[in-house]
Amino acid sequence: MFEYAPAPESRKLVTFQSSYGHFIGGKFTKPSNTYQTISPATEEILAEISTATAKDVDLAVAAARNAYEKVWSKLSGAERGKYLYRIARIIQERARELAIAETLNNGKPIKETRDADIPLVSAWFFYYAGWADKLDYAGLGVNPKAHGVAAQVIPWNFPLMMLAWKIAPALAAGNTVVLKPAETTPLTALLFAEICQQAGLPDGVVNIITGFGQSGADLIAHKDVNKVAFTGSTGVGRLIAKQVAGTNKKVTLELGGKAANIVFDDAPLDQAVEGIINGIFFNQGHVCCAGSRLLVQESIQDELLKKLKKRMETLKLGDPLDKNTDIGAINSKVQLDKITKLVKLGVKEGGEAWAPNCEIPKKGFWYAPTVITGVAPTNTVVREEIFGPVLSVLSFRTPAEAVAKANNTPFGLSAGIWSEKGSRILKVADQLNAGVIWANTFNQFDPASPFGGFKESGYGREGGRHGLLAYLKGDN
Amino acid sequence: MRLDIKKTYKLYIGGKFPRSESGHTFELASAKGEFVANVVLASRKDARDAVVAARAAQPGWESATAYNRGQILYRIAEMLEGRREQFVDEIRELTGSTEKAANQEVDAAIDSWVWHAGWSDKVDSVAGSMNPVAGPYFNISTNQPTGVVAAFAPQQSSLVGLVNTIAPIIVTGNTVVVVASELLPLSAITLTEVLATSDLPGGVVNVLTGKESDMAPWLASHQDVNAVDLEGTSDPVDLEIRAADTLKRVVRPGTFSRSAAKGSLQQILAFMEVKTVWHPKGH
Amino acid sequence: MPKIEPEAMVGAKITNLSLRRWLHSLPGVDKVGLEARAASLGTRSIKTTSKAWALDAAIKMMDLTTLEGMDTPDRVRSLCLKAMTPDPTDPDCPSPAAICVYGDMVQVAKQALGKSGIYVAAVATAFPSGRASVAVKLQDTKDAVKAGADEIDMVIDRGAFLSGNYLEVYKQIQAVKNACVRSDGTTAHLKVILETGELQTYDNIRRASYLAMLAGGDFIKTSTGKVTVNATIPITLLMLQAVRDWYDQTGVLIGIKPAGGIRTAKDAIKYLVVVKEVAGEQWLTPDLFRFGASSLLNDVLMQRQKLKTGNYSGPDYVTVD
Repeated sequence: MFEYAPAPESRKLVTFQSSYGHFIGGKFTKPSNTYQTISPATEEILAEISTATAKDVDLAVAAARNAYEKVWSKLSGAERGKYLYRIARIIQERARELAIAETLNNGKPIKETRDADIPLVSAWFFYYAGWADKLDYAGLGVNPKAHGVAAQVIPWNFPLMMLAWKIAPALAAGNTVVLKPAETTPLTALLFAEICQQAGLPDGVVNIITGFGQSGADLIAHKDVNKVAFTGSTGVGRLIAKQVAGTNKKVTLELGGKAANIVFDDAPLDQAVEGIINGIFFNQGHVCCAGSRLLVQESIQDELLKKLKKRMETLKLGDPLDKNTDIGAINSKVQLDKITKLVKLGVKEGGEAWAPNCEIPKKGFWYAPTVITGVAPTNTVVREEIFGPVLSVLSFRTPAEAVAKANNTPFGLSAGIWSEKGSRILKVADQLNAGVIWANTFNQFDPASPFGGFKESGYGREGGRHGLLAYLKGDN
Repeated sequence: MRLDIKKTYKLYIGGKFPRSESGHTFELASAKGEFVANVVLASRKDARDAVVAARAAQPGWESATAYNRGQILYRIAEMLEGRREQFVDEIRELTGSTEKAANQEVDAAIDSWVWHAGWSDKVDSVAGSMNPVAGPYFNISTNQPTGVVAAFAPQQSSLVGLVNTIAPIIVTGNTVVVVASELLPLSAITLTEVLATSDLPGGVVNVLTGKESDMAPWLASHQDVNAVDLEGTSDPVDLEIRAADTLKRVVRPGTFSRSAAKGSLQQILAFMEVKTVWHPKGH
Repeated sequence: MPKIEPEAMVGAKITNLSLRRWLHSLPGVDKVGLEARAASLGTRSIKTTSKAWALDAAIKMMDLTTLEGMDTPDRVRSLCLKAMTPDPTDPDCPSPAAICVYGDMVQVAKQALGKSGIYVAAVATAFPSGRASVAVKLQDTKDAVKAGADEIDMVIDRGAFLSGNYLEVYKQIQAVKNACVRSDGTTAHLKVILETGELQTYDNIRRASYLAMLAGGDFIKTSTGKVTVNATIPITLLMLQAVRDWYDQTGVLIGIKPAGGIRTAKDAIKYLVVVKEVAGEQWLTPDLFRFGASSLLNDVLMQRQKLKTGNYSGPDYVTVD
């Protein structure tokens, strides 16, 4: 009786060019070696994108080096900061356009790009703009230095947000950058190139090259790169860590995760349910810090799962541009196949998969929000990062058991704790081997708050003063 | 004339002084080329045992109060001071340096323990933060020890380089498996006797002597080691590649100076992880 | 509908101690998380057909209210006529569920509404403060019932609640419930006003909700409309969770009435979204959901006109009440 009529966001605000070159030295190159980028929700072709060759990488790094030597390193921090403030403002002005573009190219709901991704993008530039003239207070002594040229390779799950996390601190610290967005989600990075032009950013300070894994590998391996920042899979992170061995390149890696979301029997239950939902279904679970392992105290397991399933039935899956959509499209066929395969394996290993009844659109890539129960720490779905809307449920009896199970993974990016008992939260937070702990909340991000992992989830932090350190060197 | 009692030089693992499981030793020569001792040639299995001991000791050491860890590091300085003559003699024997130079090195080593001891309860005040996030959340970033560290002391230093390798690792609650300088191991062995009498829990520092290249590849690829300090290694590139398999934190050789009485806060932080905790604020 | 056994629910003889233990064993409420969820539901975009449905539903679920010292018989009659014909230009426009007045106006309202099917709700129990003797509160209730009130909106004793005297609050609700029984054995519907703005914390509001449901309230209602903080979306969301969980536990359906401060159609639609997504569509009926509002009706009427004509309406095109 009270069904929500479609409420699609208008696409009129966004115009993509039919094809894009790379953004090098302040200008777009002629498109070459192109491939098509699509909307994963409809499989509609949005634009033709160039694939960077080793030569393109050379040109981009040379442009960044030139801009570093001749312009950017000579500017005062205050002046660099002003450019960042300008960029932040332009992002705010073009926020809705960027949100729509992101939703089109990524498949995530407009609700998220409008209310989370893009506001965080401008917030990130604002935050680091203010650091540019205060580097003496960063914690590396007086007058710390930039590294020079930063090579940055980012994933497809938060395309523009990841760009902001990389570019804002790099520029504030005085580096110039060459950034490569993921092959499936290049469009907002290319719109960002236009924003750099609108902001009058000196040519070559920001360079964007597009392409596949090889382009990224060429960029990271480039001899004239001083700093490498990568966000993506642990597998690729490993290759990068090997590749930079023996060089002087400073590296930060933001890799995979398999976060435990621990619910104690004294938790604020309704908020815990929201936290679980937000933890694993936000952005279709394409989140490295997703709370993909629910650890629930056995005494409240039935009650919690009942509430959780009921809540999952209210999730709306469908057109990402619809303002009421909660679950959008899976970003690619490749990712969809991976999720499907892992869940099948989970069921084969004895797990019971449950998903609410939801209509799956005919075109595009989709996966219904899923809970897997009846699994144990030994099961594949409990150990491997699925990177999709799939929650595995484990139970525990005591706080010590919860901590042991939570830490029983090579990853260590994030974790959640739900309890109304302060001293328990503090103790468990101490014991968890994870870089970000959300207690009675989940998936919160802020430019002032450092983010990054322990163990195989990578090293270095993004956000806050700590995030700045990755782009600076002082006297050791 | 009375015959000297000579010391049997052994390893230091889990607070005990075992011989190598392999039974191998090597002849250590003085600066003048004379026989000094048969020193244990630790094997990869000794390295493995040392990692087990270090892992076992780590949670307890981390959960000791910072005040307590600071006092223990200071106690090490006290014990070292009490045995300075032995260290001076051994340094001179192996390096042929002057008494003055050897004394300066011991001074620096003792002062470095004191310098590091004071950091235990200050690191987080200096390097942690309260983060003013844009929402009703308490948000704090603290520094926690990385865990178990495999470290390779600088080859050219008897004592101060070793101390400046161990102290920044353990002061914050890490435990360490340290491979001593191959040619200058006496100070390291004598230091273990200091450590054993300084209230330092067994397993916090584990000292191996022998050939760095026998152990380094195994330690760099060991899945239960969280970080490696490659200072004294001969093939750091290969080791960094091995360490990458489990994404260990890597300190490349030459990153930090290790010859002074003062260390580096950045070196201490190289073996720490930033942990950020969020909590809502509301009635 | 099944009957609940309070002692079985609490698991003990009803005493202040057992009530305290029971109420304090309810899961806590995290304020920030609750408000974040409410804000997120507030971003739902309700368009075209769903908007038309929601606007009509908002009217049908409305307790059109006048609770002023300056209320007069003519004023009340005028409001009743408005309820019967909310939009003279549109005979299809539905009527509110009830007219809500002070007890002394029940007879006037009853007479004016005749056989329209619109209920008369009366506030009682020394509304809004509730600061009177229990005898006075009960007499107040009985008078209204006797005058023909279909529904009684009582206030709880917030002082007793805040001082930890849960048993007193419980007993008063039960006594008022008994006072709602008519001479023919039928019963006026009882809405229990928690005055959430005075209870202040969400934990208190959850506990008060459970206490009111245990004592036999048919509805739990947020506010009198007479204090600084009246109905809010997070408070309503929390109370919806309470009735939903109560239903899961007992099979008994309890209604919800946010009141005070709901003035625009946009707000009303947000509330309906929260009802749908938190408690479920089962609650989207005047039997289980009401808005307590005085100025909401006209804004909803203007929005209805906009949907029909495509033009934005103005206050001159709806009637004053």
